[in-house]
Amino acid sequence: MKRIGPFIVERRLAPPRHVVFGVSVLAVVVALLLAALVFWAYGVSPWRAYAEIGRGTLGTVDGLSDIVRRAIPLILCGVGLTLAFRAQFWNIGAEGQLLAGAVAASGVALFVPVPDGLRLPLMFLAGFGAGALWAVIPALLRVKLQVNEVISTLMMNYIMAYIVEWLVHGPWKGPTMRGFAYTDMFPTAARLPLIAGTRVHWPTLGVGVVAALVVGLILSRTRLGYEVRVVGQSPDAARYAGISFTVVLSLAMVISGGLAALAGVGEVAGIHWRLRSPSHISMGYGYTAIIVAWLARGSPIAAILTALLFGLIFAAGDLMKTTLGLPFQITGVFNGLILFSLISSDLLMYWRIRWRRRGEAWT
Amino acid sequence: MDLGWLVSTVSRALAFGVPLLWGTLGEIYAERSGVVNLGVEGMMILGAYAGFAVAQTLGHPGWGLLAAAAVGVVAAVWHAFLTVTLRANQYVSGLALTLFGLGLAGLLGRGWEGRPLRVPLGTITVPSLAEIPVLGPMLFVDQTILTYLGILLAVVLWVVLFRTRWGIAIRSVGESPATADSLGINVTVVRYLCVALGGLLAGVGGGYLSVAYRPSWTEGMTAGMGWIVIALTIFASWDPLQAIWGAFFFGALYHLSFRLQAYVSPELLKLMPYAFAILVLAVSGFGGARWRRRAPGSLGVPYVRGER
Repeated sequence: MKRIGPFIVERRLAPPRHVVFGVSVLAVVVALLLAALVFWAYGVSPWRAYAEIGRGTLGTVDGLSDIVRRAIPLILCGVGLTLAFRAQFWNIGAEGQLLAGAVAASGVALFVPVPDGLRLPLMFLAGFGAGALWAVIPALLRVKLQVNEVISTLMMNYIMAYIVEWLVHGPWKGPTMRGFAYTDMFPTAARLPLIAGTRVHWPTLGVGVVAALVVGLILSRTRLGYEVRVVGQSPDAARYAGISFTVVLSLAMVISGGLAALAGVGEVAGIHWRLRSPSHISMGYGYTAIIVAWLARGSPIAAILTALLFGLIFAAGDLMKTTLGLPFQITGVFNGLILFSLISSDLLMYWRIRWRRRGEAWT
Repeated sequence: MDLGWLVSTVSRALAFGVPLLWGTLGEIYAERSGVVNLGVEGMMILGAYAGFAVAQTLGHPGWGLLAAAAVGVVAAVWHAFLTVTLRANQYVSGLALTLFGLGLAGLLGRGWEGRPLRVPLGTITVPSLAEIPVLGPMLFVDQTILTYLGILLAVVLWVVLFRTRWGIAIRSVGESPATADSLGINVTVVRYLCVALGGLLAGVGGGYLSVAYRPSWTEGMTAGMGWIVIALTIFASWDPLQAIWGAFFFGALYHLSFRLQAYVSPELLKLMPYAFAILVLAVSGFGGARWRRRAPGSLGVPYVRGER
């Protein structure tokens, strides 16, 4: 407890929900103010920039649908990450897991002979499997060989990105695509239906929302969820209780990586209809999802909302490129700023400032 | 395989290992004081951009490297402020720094893309040593001064860390800040200084890429080197001397990934350094306690006086 003038500043252990929400909103607002400085430095009036963004994204059907389309991969990756982060497993590899899903789905779409009706379900299944497999490796490396998961998951992002490059430049390069590094277009049966007039592939959106609910239930209602939380909050207690780290972390990563991979399936089957270079498939959704999960404070349901916020930022990035002539990299600056102000605001939540009560002792 | 091939491979491995070496030395100091900085990639790319822009504008590579170092320090002090003073999560702060740095450098660097630097940092020939057959052309020709400075720096930093009072202060802050605090060592100051040094060296490492190695500016030119640095820090057991051969080993891998393109497809070669980084850490996990890399005791844990 500290006294500053007439105020008392004291520690609180568990911040109530409205404080968490308020502080998070405040953090985003502060980041937007800082971003205004970037606009200004770039010679664009911040007022004009934000007005354009507001009008172009929230004000039109096209804009709104673009937000949702960008939010779809962020929901899937973000929900998965909340689970991994609850176990204090730093999965920075959603980007690579997403690409793994895209590769598996493209393989099924182009090369596996199955009846048309089964093709899309099989793509989702294969995608989930590939992502789960890719994600379980760092979990096992950490438990069995003490390899830091931040490094292994990150390195695996690069590895998967180069594997995709190799596929589209080499063995999977479409014969009909002339000089371009694409696979052939998917057959119609391997393309996801869209909401008419938009690029929102609604089946993936549905999967994302269901995934958020299911992961929410897993965390709060199942034994696995309980063990994930214990492993995350108190590894020593988990060890004494005989919880198997191998099982818990592996399962958490199977789900986390599998969901990120479904995002990749959605992108290739819903947007691109082919496999192409990794920077086109993802634009950093896997990395942005880290912020999505962090801002959601580990709640999969809240991750839907935060994913929409970052969908808005991506949509705004597109818009700024076309209307204001600002490069797309500005979304990276935005994301970094939001993450910065978010973590600096954490401290605020755990301290309470109140008036000194009359007659209270000066301490 | 003829001798000329080997000579040029070793020589290029040295040149490519320089940014890794500088970055790793910096990260070793930051982590020895107990602060993980995952923002190396961001600090390096900012250094690369600032180095190029300043060298191009002022017409001297020295100013470029100085600017790169300064930008690295600013970025690192920001990380230190968030993690040491505000006690924010070190992993997330570092990631934010990387995201922000890559974005900002890409944004600012738009107009500079693709133009060669007018005044790149020159290469030097070490007198008389360059005359030695085989070893001479391998090690003492076609390197910039930063190669040798880096090795010298590694030795100096090793001596400071393991043979001086300052080194004891740094290591004790990283192992057990509460103990260090009770002995009168200012934990906050030590951590700020070490993280700032980390930023300085990472900045120079980035600046080397754009001012000496390439010498030009391309968006995302660090290409994940910052992450390799993080892996190398563990690989080197937080020991500056071991960082030398680690950095040059990975320099060789990077170089070979260009060199072998005649035989294997380039995309598969490029993933080699990243695969090796995992492999190397996994193999050192096999070896049991003797081989296991032991991290500083309080790595990643913010220090609050009077808690725990």
